[in-house]
Amino acid sequence: MCLAIPALVTALHDGAMASVSVGGIAKQVSIALLDEVVVGDYVLLHVGYALHRVSEEEAQRTLAMMAEAGLLQAEVVEMTEPVETGTAP
Amino acid sequence: MKYVDEFRDRDLARTLATAIAAAADPARDYNFMEFCGGHTHAIFRYGVQDLVPANVRFVHGPGCPVCILPARRLDDAIELAERHGVILCSYGDMLRVPGTGRRSLLKAKADGADIRMVYSTLDALDIARANSGRDVVFLGIGFETTTPPSAVAIAQAQAEGIANFSVFCNHVLTPPAIRHILEAPEIDPTQAARLDGFLGPSHVSTVIGSRPYEFLAARYGKPVVIAGFEPLDVMQSVLMLIHQVNEGRVDVENQYTRVVTRDGNRKAQELVARIFELRPSFEWRGLGSVPESALAIRAEYAAFDAEKRFALSEKQSRETKSCECPAILRGVKKPKDCKLFGKACTPETPMGACMVSSEGACAAYWTYRRMETLAEMAAE
Repeated sequence: MCLAIPALVTALHDGAMASVSVGGIAKQVSIALLDEVVVGDYVLLHVGYALHRVSEEEAQRTLAMMAEAGLLQAEVVEMTEPVETGTAP
Repeated sequence: MKYVDEFRDRDLARTLATAIAAAADPARDYNFMEFCGGHTHAIFRYGVQDLVPANVRFVHGPGCPVCILPARRLDDAIELAERHGVILCSYGDMLRVPGTGRRSLLKAKADGADIRMVYSTLDALDIARANSGRDVVFLGIGFETTTPPSAVAIAQAQAEGIANFSVFCNHVLTPPAIRHILEAPEIDPTQAARLDGFLGPSHVSTVIGSRPYEFLAARYGKPVVIAGFEPLDVMQSVLMLIHQVNEGRVDVENQYTRVVTRDGNRKAQELVARIFELRPSFEWRGLGSVPESALAIRAEYAAFDAEKRFALSEKQSRETKSCECPAILRGVKKPKDCKLFGKACTPETPMGACMVSSEGACAAYWTYRRMETLAEMAAE
């Protein structure tokens, strides 16, 4: 939960939302906490929110470190886990 | 050199290790608290302790939001799901943490409570939209990085009129916790004197910036270096702290300049200030009642405050007996000092939060240093 992961912004949507790619995995996230995000930016993604803009170099270096430490896979799994949004189970 | 093969940049790791060994004065000790559980894990994963001289020590701090949430607040969350019939949404880290009587959210879910694991407050809002006839409560926990997402969710719920959504707010603040460790002699009279400096958290500081630590250096005379969470960042930060100590300097330095600025993320700070206000005090596991260390939802947003919407009962909450989590969180004990470690308490059958959370100190010792720790325990 405490980890932030670098993501590449691939498309912008209404309501301060954006599509990002994290190690090839696509995800819809909020960019409400950042100003002037553009397609091609790298952002630090934390629990579904872009918290900070980072350079491509920093993004690649962090991704390499996370992959090496086995953290990338765990984070991507957590991110893509389906959520039970339906009514009572 | 032990473990150095694990580093992506071995040459740099070796250079830093050599520089630390050369800088550390063998005639004194260096006790540095890494506040953040993410740093604790980087230190263990890469065996950083073995790359520095024995008189440079890491004291593990309370920067694990799951670990510091006291049993009472978890019991309240379980009550929300069980007695008030809400859909309780929680980050996955929280689900297996034992509350009073070792009851966890996962057990409550198995018993029929509607508890759902979410990755984001965005998911919790989706659940609220899809279940307009039911109350949906997001269990808000975490330090300054997870607070802005809770603030956005409340602002969004208000803007959209999602009237069935609320947040059970347990968001806590890093600088007051550090201040408390330095100031409260009842924690341990020797602790403040024993600590020679702090490694400041990386991602928290992307939000709040480095400025909020400045009073710690100025007022308490302890150096702070904000450190990135890569092992090389940690090693470089340790070197910076050693230099400060040797030179008698007390500064807030920022090793993680490639991401952290002095001012942090102003937009996030402004939104947090709009939705939340300081609580006069908040109970932390291990630290006790810490003044102005946590946030509550402002009265203007009371409709989205689970504590205002639901009458939570008085309860006799208790931490797990014999569990040393509280002392470990204060940095005065290590996991090996807990007789439950690796015996009654493992990640499969956790007795305390420090073994559950991926940021907890016990989980770090278990994952990376189990055999050594158990051997030390047997020897004592």
